[in-house]
Amino acid sequence: MTPRTTWRPGARALATAGAAALALTACSAVGSGSGSGASDDATGTAGGGTVTLVTHESFALSEGLLEQFEEESGLTVEVVQQADAGALANQLVLTKDAPLGDVVYGLDNAFATRALDEGVVVPADVTAPAAEDAARYAVEGDDDGALTAVDYSDVCVNVDTAWFAEQGVPEPTTLESLLDPAYRGLLVVPDPVTSSPGLAFVLATIGAFGEDGWVDYWAGLRDNGLKVADGWSEAYYTDFTAGGGDGPRPIVLSYASSPPFTVPEGGTEPTTRALLDTCFRQVEYAGVLAGADNPEGGAQLIDFLLSDAVQADLPGSMYVYPVSTAVELPEEWTRWAPLAEQPFEVAPADIDAHREEWLATWSDTVVG
Amino acid sequence: MTTTLERARPAAPAPGPRGGGVPPGRVLFWGAAVVVPLVFLGVFFAWPVAAIVGRGFVTDGALDLGGFADVLGRPRTWRIVGQTLTQATLGTLGSVLLGVPAAYLLHRCTFPGRAAVRAFVTVPFVLPTVVVGVAFRSLLVEGGLLGGLGLGLDGTMTAIVLALVFFNTAVVVRTVGGLWERLDPRAEQAARSLGASPWRAFRTVTLPALAPAIASAASLTFLFCATAFGTVLVLGGRQFGTVETEIWVQTTQFLDLRAAAVLSVVQLVVVVAALALAGRARARTERALHLTEPVDAAHPVRLRDPFDMVAVVVTAVTVAGLIALPLVNLVVRSLRTPDGWGLGNYARLAEPADVLRVTPWEAAVTSLRVALDATVIAVLVGGLVALVVSRRPRAAAGRRAVAGLDALFMLPLGVSAVTVGFGFLVSMDRPLGLPLDLRTSGVLVPVAQAVVAVPLVVRTVLPVLRAIDPRLREAAATLGASPARVLRTVDLAVALRSLGLALGFAFAASLGEFGATSFLARPENPTLPVVIFRLLGRPGVDNYGTALAASVLLAALTAGIVAVCERLRSPGVGSSW
Repeated sequence: MTPRTTWRPGARALATAGAAALALTACSAVGSGSGSGASDDATGTAGGGTVTLVTHESFALSEGLLEQFEEESGLTVEVVQQADAGALANQLVLTKDAPLGDVVYGLDNAFATRALDEGVVVPADVTAPAAEDAARYAVEGDDDGALTAVDYSDVCVNVDTAWFAEQGVPEPTTLESLLDPAYRGLLVVPDPVTSSPGLAFVLATIGAFGEDGWVDYWAGLRDNGLKVADGWSEAYYTDFTAGGGDGPRPIVLSYASSPPFTVPEGGTEPTTRALLDTCFRQVEYAGVLAGADNPEGGAQLIDFLLSDAVQADLPGSMYVYPVSTAVELPEEWTRWAPLAEQPFEVAPADIDAHREEWLATWSDTVVG
Repeated sequence: MTTTLERARPAAPAPGPRGGGVPPGRVLFWGAAVVVPLVFLGVFFAWPVAAIVGRGFVTDGALDLGGFADVLGRPRTWRIVGQTLTQATLGTLGSVLLGVPAAYLLHRCTFPGRAAVRAFVTVPFVLPTVVVGVAFRSLLVEGGLLGGLGLGLDGTMTAIVLALVFFNTAVVVRTVGGLWERLDPRAEQAARSLGASPWRAFRTVTLPALAPAIASAASLTFLFCATAFGTVLVLGGRQFGTVETEIWVQTTQFLDLRAAAVLSVVQLVVVVAALALAGRARARTERALHLTEPVDAAHPVRLRDPFDMVAVVVTAVTVAGLIALPLVNLVVRSLRTPDGWGLGNYARLAEPADVLRVTPWEAAVTSLRVALDATVIAVLVGGLVALVVSRRPRAAAGRRAVAGLDALFMLPLGVSAVTVGFGFLVSMDRPLGLPLDLRTSGVLVPVAQAVVAVPLVVRTVLPVLRAIDPRLREAAATLGASPARVLRTVDLAVALRSLGLALGFAFAASLGEFGATSFLARPENPTLPVVIFRLLGRPGVDNYGTALAASVLLAALTAGIVAVCERLRSPGVGSSW
C-alpha cells in the first residue's frame, strides 16, 4: 500500500461529502425562484421588505394584480400555498410559535373560531373602504377584528338539468326531496372529513334539521344510494354526469358558482343548476399572523385583498363572491350563479366545539 | 481482504507483519460513508418525526402516555390495523406474483419494443393519486368501461388492491429484474441439460438465487402499500381506512396529535416487524452469485418454451389489462375537447393555466429540476449506504450494525408522510439552530423527495453489490490492488451498472412527489403534480382537460427519463463512467 492510494479514498469521501453538501445548498436555486426563506428578509417596517402570504391551494389572482400591489407598496410578496382550508388552519395552530408567514388568507367559518381561540391571528389595522362590507361577515366573538372577511361562496347541491330533462324526471329542489326514491343512487357528495365543501354540506344539514334531526337525514340519504367520494374533484369530475368526466350521477355537491362553467361551447345557458334551498355559506377570512415579522405589510396585504381590483377579480380567479358591494359581478354570474337567499347557518363557535363529534357521528352513520 | 466496520475504527498506526494498522484514508472514507447518510437521515427524517410525535406525548410539559391506553382501547384502531395489514399483504402478493414473470420477460428475454415496455410499466409509479382517481375510477364507475361489467368494483377493497398492484408492479419488476438480468444463465442451463424440467430448474436454481431480490422487492412493496394514502381514499373511501389515512385525518383535520402519535408508533411497530421479517428472509437466502453482463444472459423470447410462454401471458395481461387500460383511458380522455376529438388540451399546456401563474410546461421544467436535485442527493446518500451495508463484517455485532443501518434507511417509506410533513413544520423553522426558515423556502422539497428515494436506490444497488463474490475482491487485493482500487474496480464498477436503474427509480419517485412533499409549502414555482392537483380543484371542462393533458405529459416524461436511465446501463456506456 502506497501512501498515495490510501490517501485517495479519504479524498473521495471528502469529495463525496462536499458534493452532498453542495447538492443540498444548490437546491435552493431550484426550489424557489428567489431562494430566500420566508420572512427572513422582512424588515418589519411599513412600506418595505417582504410580506409572506400563507394560503391554500386554491389561491389564485389574475396576472398583474400582485405585481401592481408590489409596485405600489414597495413590498415583495411571497405566496406560500399548502393544503386545504382545514389542514391550513391546523398547520397555523401547530406553527404559531414560529409562524409560516405574516398573513393568512383562506381560513373559513368552519375553522375561524379555532384560529381565534388558539391566538393564531391578531387584530390588524385594515383601512380599505370595503372593510365596512367585510364587517357584516365578522365572526361572532371576534370583537377586535382579527379576522377580516374577504369573500364567500355558497356550497349547494347541483343538478344536471340536461340529464333530468332527457330522463323526463323532475329535478329535486330541497334537501328533503333528495330522500325521494325517484332519486335513488343519483347523489354524490365529497367526504366531509377529507373535504371542506363536504364539511359545509354536513353543516347545511345540521342547520336545516337541527342537532336532533340531521343524523336521521343522512341515514335516509345513505339508504337512498348516496355515494361518498374522497374530494370535490373526484365527485365533480369522476362521478357527476356534467362535470366533464361523464360520470354516472346527475346530482352532486358543489357550489352556487359552478353552473356558469357548464355553459357548453356555442351554447347560451348552462347544463347544470344549483339548488338554492340546499346551501351553506362559506366565508373566507384573512388575518395577520401572531408573531409575524412584518405585521404592517400583512395589514397592507389585507387592504389589497379588499381593494376593488382584487374583489372584482375574485369570481373569475377563485370562483367566490366578493364581500365588497362596490364591485360588479361578471354578467354570467348574475345570470347563472345566483346566491341562496337564505343559506343554512351554524355559528362558527358551535362548529368549532362540535366538529369532531359531528364528523365521528357522520362517519358512523354513513361510512360505517 | 475483508473490510469490517470494526476494523474501520481509528487504530494505532502500528503496522504488523501483514499491515494490521488501518490507514487513515480508509478510516476517513468508511467513517464518512456511515456518517454522511446518518446525518442526512437524522436531520431530514428522524428529527422531524421525533418532533411531531414528541408533541403528541407531552401534555403541559410532562410526559403523557395515556394516549396509548385510549387509542389502543378503541376497537376501531384494531380494525384499522387489520385493514392495513390485509391490504398491504394482498397488494404485495399481487405485485410479486405479477411482477416476477414480468421481470423475467423484460430483463431476461429480448423482443422488439422491450425498452418501451420497461419504461411503460414504471409510469403508474409516478402518477399523482388525483390522476389515478380519474384514470382508474372513471373506468370502474357505473357507465365506465369496466363499470358496465356488473363487477361493482368502484369503492371496494378489490379496487384498492388492484390499484396497489398497478402502482407497485414496477417496483418488483425493477428490483428483481435488476438482479435477474445479471444472473449467470449457465447454472440453470446445466440443470436443464441434466434433465431438469424448466420448472424444476427454475425452482431449484434460479428462484433461490433471486430470493433476496424478491424479498427486497416485497418489503419495498409492502411499505408502499401499507402507507398508501391517496389510493385508498380515492378508490375505496374511508371505510377502508388504514393506519396511514387515520394518521392523516387525526393530524390534518383534527390536530389530535396525541392520537396521531400513538398511531405513528403503531405504524412504526408494524413496519419494523415487516422489515425484520424481510431482512431475515433476505439474510437466509443472500449469497454470492455469479453475475454476468445483462447482454450475455438475455435470450430472444421463445414462445415454444412453456416457461417463456407463461411469462409472456402473465406480462401481457398485467401490462395490457392492469397498466395500459387506465393509462389509455387517461390519454383518450385528454384528447376529448368540447368540440370533439383534438389536441386542444395539449395546446393549453403552454398557456398560463387559468390564473395559476405558471404554464404546465413551466411546471414540468420545475419538476425536472427538483427531481434532478433529489436524484443527485438520493444516489449519493443511497450509494454510500448500499456500499456500507454490502459489507459482511466478521463479528456478529458488526453484522447487526450493518443490518440495522439497512433497516434504518428503509423507514422513510414506512413512516406516514403526514407525520414527516407536519414534523418539518415544527422542526425546520430553525434547522440545527441556523437562522434559516426551511419550511417555506422550497429547498426542502428535493431533500424530502430524496429521503424517500434513498431506500429505493439502496434496494436497487444493494442486491447487486451483495452478490459480488468476495473472492473477486480478495483476488484483486492479492494481485496488489489497494483497498481503494478494489473499491473502484470491483464495487464501483458493478454498482455503476445498476446505477441506471437506481437513477430512474429515484427520478420517478421524485417526479411523482412521494412522501412528505405533498405537505410542504410551495413558494412560487409549483411542480407538475401540484399544478395538476390545482387544476382539478377548479371547475370547468377546460381545466379538467388541461389537467388530463398535463397528467399524460407527466407520464410521458417519466417513461422517457426512465428509458434514458436504462440506457446508461448498457455495458459500453456503463464502463466508461
